[in-house]
Amino acid sequence: MPPILEVRGLKVRFDGEAGPVRVVRGVSFALERGRTLGIVGESGSGKSVTSLAVMRLLPKPAGVVENGEVLLEGRDLAKLPAREMAKVRGRRVSMIFQEPMTALNPVQTVRRQLAESYELHHPDMTTAQVAEASLKMLQEVGIPDPGKRLDEYPHQLSGGMRQRVMIAIALACRPDVLIADEPTTALDVTIQAQILKLIKRLQKENGMAVVFITHDLGVIAELCDEVVVMYAGQIVERAPAAELYRAPKHPYTRGLLDSIPRLDSVRKTRLPTIEGMVPDFADLPAGCAFQNRCPLAADECRAAPPELQAVAADRATRCVRWKELA
Amino acid sequence: MSAGARPLLEVKDLKMHFPVHGGILFRRVATVFAVDGVSFDVMPGETVGLVGESGCGKSTLGKAILRLYDPTAGQVLFEGRDLAGVRGKELRSLRRDLGIIFQDPYESLNQTHPIGFILQEPFLIHGVGTPESRRAWARELLAKVGLPPSAFDRYPHEFSGGQRQRIGIARAIALKPKLVILDEPVSALDVSIQSQILNLLLDLQREMGLAYVFIAHDLAVVKHVSDRIAVMYLGKVVETAPADELHARPLHPYTQALMASIPEPDPSRRIEDKPVLEGDVPSPRNPPPGCRFHTRCPFAQARCREEEPILRPGPGAAAGHQVACHYAGELVPKEGR
Repeated sequence: MPPILEVRGLKVRFDGEAGPVRVVRGVSFALERGRTLGIVGESGSGKSVTSLAVMRLLPKPAGVVENGEVLLEGRDLAKLPAREMAKVRGRRVSMIFQEPMTALNPVQTVRRQLAESYELHHPDMTTAQVAEASLKMLQEVGIPDPGKRLDEYPHQLSGGMRQRVMIAIALACRPDVLIADEPTTALDVTIQAQILKLIKRLQKENGMAVVFITHDLGVIAELCDEVVVMYAGQIVERAPAAELYRAPKHPYTRGLLDSIPRLDSVRKTRLPTIEGMVPDFADLPAGCAFQNRCPLAADECRAAPPELQAVAADRATRCVRWKELA
Repeated sequence: MSAGARPLLEVKDLKMHFPVHGGILFRRVATVFAVDGVSFDVMPGETVGLVGESGCGKSTLGKAILRLYDPTAGQVLFEGRDLAGVRGKELRSLRRDLGIIFQDPYESLNQTHPIGFILQEPFLIHGVGTPESRRAWARELLAKVGLPPSAFDRYPHEFSGGQRQRIGIARAIALKPKLVILDEPVSALDVSIQSQILNLLLDLQREMGLAYVFIAHDLAVVKHVSDRIAVMYLGKVVETAPADELHARPLHPYTQALMASIPEPDPSRRIEDKPVLEGDVPSPRNPPPGCRFHTRCPFAQARCREEEPILRPGPGAAAGHQVACHYAGELVPKEGR
């Protein structure tokens, strides 16, 4: 099956006061209809900037796509005129964010904000049709008493309900791709489970592809078919979810997995850690970006930046010493 | 812990209610029952974890223990002394034995002072040492929490989140307290930094014999650091037990649901197959009658809607395992695996 979304060699730069900073440094991935790709990484890994670049929502004028293609069924979104891109956004590709309180408009009712998607993408719908579709959409995302909620404002809703409203707005026009950027990070765990289940159900019903961006390897494990791990603006490992957890092929992935406290780990023992910190983008070392924290780092890692190399049919790692990972 | 040892901290039926004012006369129109009758002890050198979701009252409880709030009712005894009546100088001297660490060290550190000054402040406030000794102690603290000596002259904004949390920890342990309250100390940090900070907290506890009250929403993190755990829901403790016992035999349906909701890094546990707790947490302004959990509980019966369950020893459970559920021990947790 040809991919519905394909990103090739994406590079993003931010022009700040201290000069340009390259925060996404050549990211490529592809995604088929009905599948879920997880992008996992810590703060500053470039995972959110990647998704904003795909949606063409980078802050202007600081954020610049330097290079790369974003192909939606073969059409390059990066080169579309703004007017054309507006037709894609919300209609073909939608996005949901971490904090629905800031993503939703605080002075408009849920009804108004839902209607906007229909008016924009289906101008021929009548007011009655829009009202009916909006009500149905709220039902679909599991909001109790949807008729009443339609006329409420975001502040009248709980965090979980707000996230459901945002999902309803994002999915109103049945997009082919949903990009979810940490949509459950601000929620309590029991509410997070509800929302993840909802996304999964809607994905099954609509057959859409989902890009799920998170720092939480637990959430990725529950939800994703394939995973890319990002570090310092690059993909350092790519693998099917089950494989990644069974046998990580990059020392960073291994370090992340080991450092998570689990319910069945032995209490009050020191956790394995990744020492040190993420390097400053403005001051990346020559060679591998992970070298200063890597237990396997050797001269060859400091000499030249490693390439993303295939280690199996559907797996790749950006580590020259991956074979030494037990 | 021997049976005869005296607890360092005793919290007895603590209540913290906040009035809600409204209307044109600004009269009291409602009450938020943030903490509503909570009791627990902390032994010297022990970690008690308080876990629960937003609005359960865990942070309010932490602040009420430190008298950052004045509790509505109940007692907080520190080494047998009631904190409620203590004022002024005496309260300040008691606070030498009590430290606190917040979630966001950026907000809790004064931006306009260099780290060296921030770390000398506790000594200054309590009038300890000379200028030279205070500076020396501040430098020792930096080393103790794993920060470079150069941090002394730098400002909070120059540090990453994990480093700032190290500064917050250094300040909290400066006066060698006996008890430290940690309010979500790692939830704002990246995974790889989180484990560094948890290790530091464990090391300091061993080294200094600190007791911790560890407040967090993440049950896996709480279980890793705690000796005993109290699970809170809407201002009440619904279950308390030694950490391993709670993990092996959760008796309250809320604890069971909380445990099942944790996303574990194990791809054989997919979200589709998981049991999910329906509904939202009700407002603590208007807690449901009877068992506060009954609106979300998959096992709720008529009795649960009317009669409030009290915390009692769990049927057939180990010593120190208490649960507030009418049907504890009779419930078969839904396992969706």
